[in-house]
Amino acid sequence: MSLSTAVKEGDQISPRQVIKLDATGTYYKDLNREIRSLAQAGARKFEIHNVYGQRYLGTNLWGIKDRDKIRLKIFGTPGSDMGAFMDGPTLEVIGNAQDATGNTMNCGRIIVHGSAGDVLGYGMRGGEIYVRGNVGYRVGIHMKEYMDKIPTVVIGGTMQDFFGEYMAGGRIIVLNKFFQGNPPIRQSYFIGTGMHGGSIYVRGDVEAHQIGAEVGISEPTDDEWKIIERYVANFCSVFGLEKNQVKLLKREKFWRLYAKSKRPYGRLYAY
Amino acid sequence: MLTSLLPEFTVERNEDRCIQCRVCERQCSFDVYGYDGDHDVMVHREENCVACQRCAVLCPTNALNISNNNYTYKPNANWTREHIQDLKKQAETGGVLLTGMGCDKPHKIYWDHILINASQVTNPSIDPLREPMELRTFLGRKPDHLEMKDGKLKRMDTPSVQLTTPIMFGAMSYGAISYNSFSSLARAAYEYGTLFNTGEGGWPKELRKYGKATIVQCASGRFGIDLDYFNDAAVVEIKIGQGAKPGIGGHLPGEKVSEHISQTRMIPEGSDAISPAPHHDIYSIEDLQMLIHALKEATDYRMPVSVKISAVHNAPAIASGMVRAGADIIVLDGLRGGTGAAPKILRDNVGIPIELALAAVDTRLRNEGVRNWASLVVSGGIRNSADVFKAIALGADAVYIGTPALMALGCTVCQKCYTGKCAWGITTQDPYLTKRVNPEIGTRSLVNLLRAWSLEIKELLGCGGINSIESVRGNRLQLRGIGLEQWELDTLGIRGAGQ
Repeated sequence: MSLSTAVKEGDQISPRQVIKLDATGTYYKDLNREIRSLAQAGARKFEIHNVYGQRYLGTNLWGIKDRDKIRLKIFGTPGSDMGAFMDGPTLEVIGNAQDATGNTMNCGRIIVHGSAGDVLGYGMRGGEIYVRGNVGYRVGIHMKEYMDKIPTVVIGGTMQDFFGEYMAGGRIIVLNKFFQGNPPIRQSYFIGTGMHGGSIYVRGDVEAHQIGAEVGISEPTDDEWKIIERYVANFCSVFGLEKNQVKLLKREKFWRLYAKSKRPYGRLYAY
Repeated sequence: MLTSLLPEFTVERNEDRCIQCRVCERQCSFDVYGYDGDHDVMVHREENCVACQRCAVLCPTNALNISNNNYTYKPNANWTREHIQDLKKQAETGGVLLTGMGCDKPHKIYWDHILINASQVTNPSIDPLREPMELRTFLGRKPDHLEMKDGKLKRMDTPSVQLTTPIMFGAMSYGAISYNSFSSLARAAYEYGTLFNTGEGGWPKELRKYGKATIVQCASGRFGIDLDYFNDAAVVEIKIGQGAKPGIGGHLPGEKVSEHISQTRMIPEGSDAISPAPHHDIYSIEDLQMLIHALKEATDYRMPVSVKISAVHNAPAIASGMVRAGADIIVLDGLRGGTGAAPKILRDNVGIPIELALAAVDTRLRNEGVRNWASLVVSGGIRNSADVFKAIALGADAVYIGTPALMALGCTVCQKCYTGKCAWGITTQDPYLTKRVNPEIGTRSLVNLLRAWSLEIKELLGCGGINSIESVRGNRLQLRGIGLEQWELDTLGIRGAGQ
């Protein structure tokens, strides 16, 4: 691995300095250790080039002061479990992400300029994920919220089956190719099966046979529109899109999917 | 109460002894007792009795006798009373039958068919009262070979944890058990130098000071998980399966999610805590490898990562995959493993006995030359120190105990954990009941149990002329089978008694 800066023990790096790393041929463990030791020395801004399947970016940045100011700009294709268990940093991928992005993430922000794979945001309990393109299967499973920690995922494109299964909290907004100027595509089955909390907002039609038995369907309330607009405005700013378009969203058909009950399996047992 | 069922137990009160102090009424959480002021008598609702014996034990004059109800249907070897009652219950409710604790069916208990060796004449036995006996156990990956540097043993670069005795407390979550029970386990493990397991219900902040005695779980529900949760602990365990209910998830009903439990699990008060059956990021051994290494990254490779599965038919092949996926500790939970709540049909019919699974897994890993890559921990059906000794001789590094630990806190195995009404104050969140476990006394009882079993293991070692538990590990020559068929002896890898 070639480094822009060779860090010695005790060195202090200015948080304003942009650290450039070339990840070509580097094992994930070494890459992540390098990032951790640079962050411990004070580095906050990273550009990591030629990322090619390295896993767990952002996971090991635990216990570092001001870790929510750490920003990793990732060029290439990071490996699975990017931002797994992550607690604060921001990861921005100029490219596509693989599976299990933001797995059980606690806090922080993930921005993917391309598409992301399966199981994005599994068990996510806080922070934000923005994906400009599409996402794969089993996204948002068992997301949950507690007090002021409400995880939020915004997807520019489409999603696949088993979306938001067992969802217990948080929000997912699916724009269904709005910013590409495309009409919404109707797809994905088994949406929200076992859902017992949280909300999914989908642009375009969602039909009864696509959703789980535990899922209710309604139009977003005015308060919910405010939330949608706020996060779509964030979506626009992270991807450099025209914010004026957010106002046009309200003309689109949006559905809110919610849990009919906090206790979907309450009457299953004989005592 | 269901209308078509007979009471399971009879409550007999010796009126000559009864002083009508009404202790029984206050102690019973299942609403068996009442006082009829008009006639000045205690009344019984026997159909509610679960035979937990709380009333009988606390009755100051020993006036109560709880026994099996003698009512019987016409005797029938096929249609036992249990089958008939269960069927009627389901006809009335249309629900899945729930139960608690481990399988109570008379499947063969292999521990009782295995006997331990002793030294006579040719190899002297050792008196543990006078000579040092070593029970210290290390869990974690062991190196393939030893390396020397400057004439000294080079330090291992794989993390391991040290136990004073090869007995740990198995996973029981705060939520399934009360806070006082949970904290008693934490304190006792810390005091004695072993580990307790938080289960998947999170880990209250104020108990983090017992971190070096703590295994934290990462299960499919991912409750209460953040990076502090992992890094404050000594071991991280991925829970795939549980012996009492292999292949299905968990479900803490919303009414048990109180304020403190909601904080600990990081979910809203009153909402169901549902653990999906699989981890949705694990559909293969490769995916398991991914999560194992995610946890290693999250903890900077400082601690062993454990993976727990239930003992199922192809456990050896799965265990081989787990070891290759990077698990430092693998845990097998057998057919008789306990639980706070499980469908009865699963608890009693799914999985295999731990003795057979343990021997098969150990053999497989040895044959493949990877046994040292991971420590092997077993649980589910350990009842006494001889079971621990036999498990270690069959190849285990250590054991988890769950039910025995709860018994030390008062449990009488009435199997009603799932009702949340535990009269002994263990598997309940009702503040009136949870006070019944005093954490000081609970800690003391658990430490006593560990001490007693450890002393007995030392005696068993001594009688075999062995002074270190390490020499028993996988030493199947210490064991002989009795009343076993050849395939059973072959699976256990032991000879028959007299051979």
